[in-house]
Amino acid sequence: MSYRSARRRASAHQYPVYREPTGPLLEVIDLETHFRTERGIVRAVDGVSFSLDRGRTLGIVGESGSGKTILSRSIMGLLPRRNVTRHGQVIFQDRDLTALSEAELREVRGAEISMIFQDPMTSLNPVVRIGRQITESLRHHLGVDKEEAKDTAVGLLRSVGIPKPERRFDEYPHQLSGGMRQRVIIAIALACGPKLLLADEPTTALDVTVQAQILDLLATQQRDRYMAMILVTHDLGVVAGRTDEIAVMYAGKIVEKAPTTVLFKDMKMPYTEALVQSIPRVTNSSHTRLRAIPGRPPDLVNPIPGCRFAPRCPYAQERCWVDEPPLMEGVNPGHTYACWFPVGTTEGRAALERNQQQGKPAPPAAALERKGA
Amino acid sequence: MAGSGTAHLRDGADPLLRVEHLVVEFPAGVGRKVHAVSDVSFDVVEGETLGLVGESGCGKSTTGRAVVQIPRPTSGSVVFDGRDLTKLHHEELRRIRPQIQMIFQDPISSLNPRRRVTDIVAEPLVVWGRGKSAEREVKVREAFEAVGLDYDSASGRRPHQFSGGQCQRISIARALMLDPKLLICDEPVSALDVSVQAQILNLLEDMKERYGLTMVFIAHDLAVVKNVSDRIAVMYLGKICEVASADDLYRSPRHPYTNALLQSIPVPDPEVPPAGENLALSGELPSPIDPPSGCRFRTRCPRAQARCAEEEPIIREIDPTHFVACHFPVMEEAGEGAGSAGGRLFGAQAGSSAADEGSAGAASDGPASEGAASAEAASAEGDSGVAVDPAAPPYSAA
Repeated sequence: MSYRSARRRASAHQYPVYREPTGPLLEVIDLETHFRTERGIVRAVDGVSFSLDRGRTLGIVGESGSGKTILSRSIMGLLPRRNVTRHGQVIFQDRDLTALSEAELREVRGAEISMIFQDPMTSLNPVVRIGRQITESLRHHLGVDKEEAKDTAVGLLRSVGIPKPERRFDEYPHQLSGGMRQRVIIAIALACGPKLLLADEPTTALDVTVQAQILDLLATQQRDRYMAMILVTHDLGVVAGRTDEIAVMYAGKIVEKAPTTVLFKDMKMPYTEALVQSIPRVTNSSHTRLRAIPGRPPDLVNPIPGCRFAPRCPYAQERCWVDEPPLMEGVNPGHTYACWFPVGTTEGRAALERNQQQGKPAPPAAALERKGA
Repeated sequence: MAGSGTAHLRDGADPLLRVEHLVVEFPAGVGRKVHAVSDVSFDVVEGETLGLVGESGCGKSTTGRAVVQIPRPTSGSVVFDGRDLTKLHHEELRRIRPQIQMIFQDPISSLNPRRRVTDIVAEPLVVWGRGKSAEREVKVREAFEAVGLDYDSASGRRPHQFSGGQCQRISIARALMLDPKLLICDEPVSALDVSVQAQILNLLEDMKERYGLTMVFIAHDLAVVKNVSDRIAVMYLGKICEVASADDLYRSPRHPYTNALLQSIPVPDPEVPPAGENLALSGELPSPIDPPSGCRFRTRCPRAQARCAEEEPIIREIDPTHFVACHFPVMEEAGEGAGSAGGRLFGAQAGSSAADEGSAGAASDGPASEGAASAEAASAEGDSGVAVDPAAPPYSAA
């Protein structure tokens, strides 16, 4: 046994291996991640709070540029060293990850929290055999010897559905297809038995058929290991059948959060509604006009004062341009949303009707001035 | 799935594009060949949109490119507007190309990053010497307006200053500059967010109307393809397996592969459970260097029988607008059940975890022998009454 693995084993005894779960596994409190750029401060994540229990799955949904990827990277502490400020707390198993040193974080990453990235083609090292890429974290975090690590790795490859794992162990990433590579990445992420898995757009680069296979695999592994999972995606269809709870992000903020069934049945935020409606349905006859969301996500350098979705929102009233709506409690437990004129309420219906008849109210001059400032 | 045959070509109509027995092969060293497209035929009448759908590696993009002769196909004919493009010489082909334009998958890398977007869009006019500079500007301005971009704020800017969706709009504007008759869209929305995807799909529909275009729309997502297409051809490993009108294909998919594709589409409704590991398509695409004998889909097909390994199914008519290349097509009516996620018809596909058939990429397995073994396994499962409904006799051609 090498010095390093011996040390690892010794240090493992200083922490209780398993603590009776008290609070949630992960609690994110008022997390802010801002980037300093030439154009000003980009508020990529702007005050996000949520908590996640053991064995649960949270979906984070939003368009490109809504801050969902930066949110997951902020949780992992995987941010550039310069020109970034991160405020707020990320409490994982009663420890605040934002207060840990880089060395301490390295012991958490891979071992307790793992991440799967979007692009299976570039997340593997092309010049290192697959086997070594899996055993690396096993040997580092668990301090097992070479033989044992190989056995574990082969078992992992088999469990993620890779045929002939003994042979794949000695192959290079280019010898595998995209779907197979994503399976290898999942095997690496699962190697040390993490308690939390962050999957950032795990299937976006893949075909629909492979996407279904990979999502099923993630669901099975998550269930079998009683692991918590955060599934980040732009496609509400992907998270619909596979999460317990969904948080919808827009312009760096969570604008609606609810248990999955509640969100789809009783969505309150016009943005969520718009996202659902923009998905092409195979049940619609062909040439059905899609209900696209007009415009594009806002500039995160100079966010407008009121609701950030107001410029694209069919429900927007004058108040939306001025007052930013806070997260409000919905009727169902666990449902929160940030909207003055929620979908499906009398105010919401009246607002939509008013806009359809009289046109959407123009932004007040004050809002435009501050935007330009 | 091997879908050779031309039963689905429409004789009466006068198609704008008629592709017959198209074969594209690439050398793979030491006398081996990649069978990218093997005997594919289809036609597109004027004003129609044909959707080509299938997984990565099924040859759909190669088919699209072979139509424009980049590269020239190994054999077969591509008749566009009465002329066989495969027989034309270089200069003749060049003169026809303005009438056929393409839009590619990655909107950002298909634009030259060092040029201004207005120059990129004007380029086709410059190449063909159409109009004076002022006239060109009018035309470019009009194209920008048509695709929903503001010419004045866009002029002078370069591609990296635009989002992916905007770059795709610019690509569309460029493709429309020479008033093409046929537009080939190769995965135009798969790199985009769902919300932007909807904008681009709507835009393509508008442009089709406005400029009277005929389209070939290539994508892997059946929901997207269905939204824009009149007729859909499903491809698998270089062959066509099913051709039908868009609504028909969804309502009553006949080919087991089409069925599997439909099941893979994520449904934005938590009440509809995902198809599950044993229902969705398992395994991976076999290597196109050494495709399976007989029906190329048999190694992954839940309905495969011994016959599928021996005999290649030929495309045949099921009803006048529906053609399938399968010995044992799915005949149960999806009927009302289609309301869920498009006829989840298979029974559980016994046993097999996700990927028995992993002759992935350039791996040097012997896919043929493995394929045969697993086909036997599959047919054994079929006999145990899992997948094949004994009440549905093998369908014989009408």
